[in-house]
Amino acid sequence: MVQVLKRKALALVGNHAVAYAVKQAKPQVLAVYPITPQTTMLEKLAEYISSGELKAELIRVESEHSAMAAVYGAALAGARVFTATASQGLLYMTEMIYWAGGQRVPIVAAVATRAIAEPWSIWDDHQDFVSKRDAIWIQMMAENVQEAYDLTIQAFRISEDERVILPVMMGFDGFILTHTMERIEVLEDYEVDSFLPPRKFNLIDFSDPVGIGPIAQPDEYMRIRYEAMKAMERSKSVIEEIMREYEKLSGRKYGLVECYKCEDAKYVFVTMGAWSGDAKVAVDRLRNEGIEAGLLKITVFRPFPKEKVQEHLRSAKGVIVFDRAYSFGSGGILANEVKASLYGLQVPVYSVIAGLGGKDVRPLHFQKVMEDLINGKLEEERWLI
Amino acid sequence: MSLITQPKRIPKFYRGNAACPGCPIPRELDILLEELGPKTVLVVPASCSTVILGDTSGMPATVPVVHSAFAASAAIASGIVRALRMRGDNDATVVVWAGDGGTADIGFATLSGAAERNEDILYVCYDNEAYMNTGIQRSSLTPHGAWTTTTPEGKREFKKPMPFIMAEHKIPYVATASIAYPFDYQAKVRKAKQIHGFRYIHLLSPCPPGWRFDSSLTIEVAKLAVETGIWPLFEIENGEFRLTGISKTLLDKKNRKPVIEYLKLQGRFRNLTEEQIKEIQEAVDEMWEEIAARVKK
Repeated sequence: MVQVLKRKALALVGNHAVAYAVKQAKPQVLAVYPITPQTTMLEKLAEYISSGELKAELIRVESEHSAMAAVYGAALAGARVFTATASQGLLYMTEMIYWAGGQRVPIVAAVATRAIAEPWSIWDDHQDFVSKRDAIWIQMMAENVQEAYDLTIQAFRISEDERVILPVMMGFDGFILTHTMERIEVLEDYEVDSFLPPRKFNLIDFSDPVGIGPIAQPDEYMRIRYEAMKAMERSKSVIEEIMREYEKLSGRKYGLVECYKCEDAKYVFVTMGAWSGDAKVAVDRLRNEGIEAGLLKITVFRPFPKEKVQEHLRSAKGVIVFDRAYSFGSGGILANEVKASLYGLQVPVYSVIAGLGGKDVRPLHFQKVMEDLINGKLEEERWLI
Repeated sequence: MSLITQPKRIPKFYRGNAACPGCPIPRELDILLEELGPKTVLVVPASCSTVILGDTSGMPATVPVVHSAFAASAAIASGIVRALRMRGDNDATVVVWAGDGGTADIGFATLSGAAERNEDILYVCYDNEAYMNTGIQRSSLTPHGAWTTTTPEGKREFKKPMPFIMAEHKIPYVATASIAYPFDYQAKVRKAKQIHGFRYIHLLSPCPPGWRFDSSLTIEVAKLAVETGIWPLFEIENGEFRLTGISKTLLDKKNRKPVIEYLKLQGRFRNLTEEQIKEIQEAVDEMWEEIAARVKK
């Protein structure tokens, strides 16, 4: 007899799905500053707090810099905390993002990804999110609203795991996910409670006063950074372990990467975020045409799953990395990561830059690039302008 | 109880720290912590105190210290106090201990935001009137005419009236203080501790290397700042303005020493012209007229 899991299903836009996950995670302190396309999440959280559904302090700060500073302070004092932002806001809080990462404090931040000015753009790309890659934060990215919900809950657990103790950033595409309604399955509150035990981390102890974040002399500084590197490496297996546990609870499988028909694929797309869905459609269509196509989706961007990338791409005849961000004067940021991971393996890696500032990308774009690759017409780097 | 009457008491802020000779900061912190007790958190943005508070091998403070990025201290303190209150701790005091740059320049928006939200924080600005830790660059709290490394010909602008700006936020408590009058300072900290909401104490902290005076003269310089009326001692409690200490006697111009007595002790004012000194005296007299109007109200 097949056991059918009955799940509570809701129709939610991405911002409300993340707010719902945050409500279930029961943070005690939140500090959020409004910015498009994150704002409706802040509004929903304010509503939960005002109605008493979420018993938390919401600090209505005067800037994103202060949003990150406030949750940093609250996290030091033992509170589970949450903040969210996008684009310019993420840039404005950058000093405090590095601050929180360097001090290794459990914080969860949602980033509704959005292009960076100038020129002004409120639309989606990943430049804001990937620009935080060196800040000692775990970074994960959702493909759809369900994943945004699931990853948010898992982010709290990963962040507070004693083997990790690192802040976690959950990215999800602005508008494409934040403002799109999907049917998602949610956990019951008691299930989230069992998955997320009360937080232990606290550095403000009046019986044992310590100085938090003082000057470090060069030897100490280097040692502290080395420890952070070790924690980031260690987090890979912890994240996988927590994701397996979450799968038991939710029935939904997660990993550092997702391999979509990539096991036997000769030609593989590599993507991150919402357009992974478009890439999957393209893979199916290409397979119908007899092309052995596949997709490797990067779910966890930091720590970068180098071993998984090697494992899945080592025998590919061609890899096409789609980037929604660019390192000017260098190349596609995700493409560079993939190339570095495959160093010495003789796998040809092509870079496609697309979708900047919200420029539309569809499955057809993926198909066309793949066909060009097979016909020997794809350049090492192509911009879909 | 008092550190002044019982010199043998164990300090709340240990000696042997990295402060310069003649620096009032360790003494100011000792008095502060004496009054606030062990359930105090110090939040310290980039400033001289970052250095004075030690490194990863140890610190002179006897309470938890949270180091802060330059512009972030009032927000970090907001987070700490909200978290403490959420965990049921209603008597701990969260203090921001910030210099003039961290208060009136780079940290101003953060400070104003926390004050507007009336966060339950005691904010102390120890004002040494320039960026001293980076080597004496002017701030918006550097006084008119003062030499700094970025105003080699003397600062053109006047000092931002921070205590009044903070009072305009309609916070429950604003006070000025001086290390030359420790009982007055101590009483204000004691009062501030009892009040809930955002409290602001502005402490004039003479800096021997930055102001160019001998390190034995710190208290004398601090005292003259008050006696000349340049630094009035007052408090504004729930909007009610009150002069304190000897400043109560200074409404009458006759009782105020001429500003020159304060200025002449400091190398930073060495190049002032007669005209500029007159201008500074006039500005001080004008400020006292405003104070007189506040007192009458």
